[in-house]
Amino acid sequence: MLDIKKIREDFPILKREVNGKPLIYFDNAATSQTPQVVIDAILDYYSNYNANIHRGVHSLSQEATDAYEEARIKIQKHFNAAQPYEIILTAGTTHAINLVANGFASILKKGEEVLVSALEHHSNIVPWQMLCEKTGAILKVIPQTESGELDMDAFAKALSPQLKLVFVNHVSNALGTINPIEEIITEAHKVGAAVLIDGAQATPHIKPDVQALDADFYVCSAHKICGPTGVGVLYGKEEWLTKLPPYQGGGEMIDQVSFEKTTYAGLPHKFEAGTPNICGGIATGVGLDYMNGLGFDNIAAYEDELLQYATKQLLEIEGLKIYGTSAHKTAVVSFNVGEIHPYDIGTILDKLGIAVRTGHHCAQPIMDFYKIPGTVRASFSFYNTKEEIDKFIDGVKRAVAMLS
Amino acid sequence: MASIQEIQDEIVDEFSMFEDWMQRYEYMIDLGKSLPLIDEAFKTDDYIIKGCQSKVWVHATMENGQVAFTADSDAIITKGIIAILIRAFSNQSPQAIIDADTAFIDEIGLKEHLSPTRANGLVSMIKQIKLYAVAYQTQLN
Repeated sequence: MLDIKKIREDFPILKREVNGKPLIYFDNAATSQTPQVVIDAILDYYSNYNANIHRGVHSLSQEATDAYEEARIKIQKHFNAAQPYEIILTAGTTHAINLVANGFASILKKGEEVLVSALEHHSNIVPWQMLCEKTGAILKVIPQTESGELDMDAFAKALSPQLKLVFVNHVSNALGTINPIEEIITEAHKVGAAVLIDGAQATPHIKPDVQALDADFYVCSAHKICGPTGVGVLYGKEEWLTKLPPYQGGGEMIDQVSFEKTTYAGLPHKFEAGTPNICGGIATGVGLDYMNGLGFDNIAAYEDELLQYATKQLLEIEGLKIYGTSAHKTAVVSFNVGEIHPYDIGTILDKLGIAVRTGHHCAQPIMDFYKIPGTVRASFSFYNTKEEIDKFIDGVKRAVAMLS
Repeated sequence: MASIQEIQDEIVDEFSMFEDWMQRYEYMIDLGKSLPLIDEAFKTDDYIIKGCQSKVWVHATMENGQVAFTADSDAIITKGIIAILIRAFSNQSPQAIIDADTAFIDEIGLKEHLSPTRANGLVSMIKQIKLYAVAYQTQLN
């Protein structure tokens, strides 16, 4: 059981007011709020041991290097990766995806296939389109069903010897659907395709075991798991990371440099050119410690309680339609009311101090599927409460009354 | 015909009577609901301004040296603000439109809607209004 009142004390931002009302933050799928321990870690780094890493002989540099590499080990353990060097720290999920897509440009051949799901964020569609344009590979799509789930029959039909790479999110950002990635990975491996899982929306709620999943790549962002912005995690199996060429050239990623030839550093440095986000990496480890301290099973159970509580009350509002009705969802509820534009509802809710996301959530293909301009999306975190949901429901009703 | 400044002062005056944000927004929503703002013929992709959040259509014509605007949006609050902007800018000379500013929007407490990062199409719409005015001014010269 989580002590929510106590947990809320850990998040200074939850004390602030917006438009004269106490903040109700329901935009957790976009970014999570930051606990004091993470803020303290950032302050501590810049106050006490800010130094460049991996090359200094002096003490500060060593301290910073140790803290950064400890963070990598924390992340490795969190995801149960086999080796610390299978964890590459990037600037975010999008950066991690581009790193892999760029690497596959030298592996994919014309006519080979890349499969992405219809439930993807734009950052999961565009890099693969660019990759296919570059290589002549063919981009195929796993369609979605009305309930916002992947059409697994269509997935089975798309499996072929030409298929080299499958790309799917663990959880859909727009709808919250938890996709059956175990099955997708198993089936894709049978035809020899690699699988990249985007865990940006899953990692705030689920602790993935990359070895048990047998994922080839798993990526996520620190800022959705109580960490800072500007840091992402790329897990890659050693054999794949060895096979992929470096993404960016620069310092740190080299072994020997001469004007005739440069040899690259080993993992993980091969993919971490230049000075990394040292403070961000360290703070990411602290954020994961914080969440593990609460326990992901506790987090998921409580958030599901919030989801069920909100869903039930929302459905009582006349004309309200929820998009994404899978039985397997994280605490995300995407909806519209009648013909009311989501922007209008979001604007009124903001006036009431309630932060939700409106729009197409960078997932236009999903909006096209439902033939809507966008949705209002409320996403809950472990520090939210049922009282906040009550106020949110009142706010939606008030907005609907004003706008109808 | 009142000048743009006079109309803007009038609008600021009207809004000063509202006691809170609810009344302001209810008024804007009413404006958004009641006005047929654009001919369907111009509600096409040729006249669209795509915001990330809401869409805006804008069209202009000039008669006797005065520019008239029609516009629309798929979001009603955006449409309400459009109604206010059109009231301020329509039926004016191109030069007056070029010279006018939109500071009155701040004064009536709707500043956040004209933030360039809000992506509701309104900032681009004002730019478009100015561009129309510049184009018509060129015709007059």
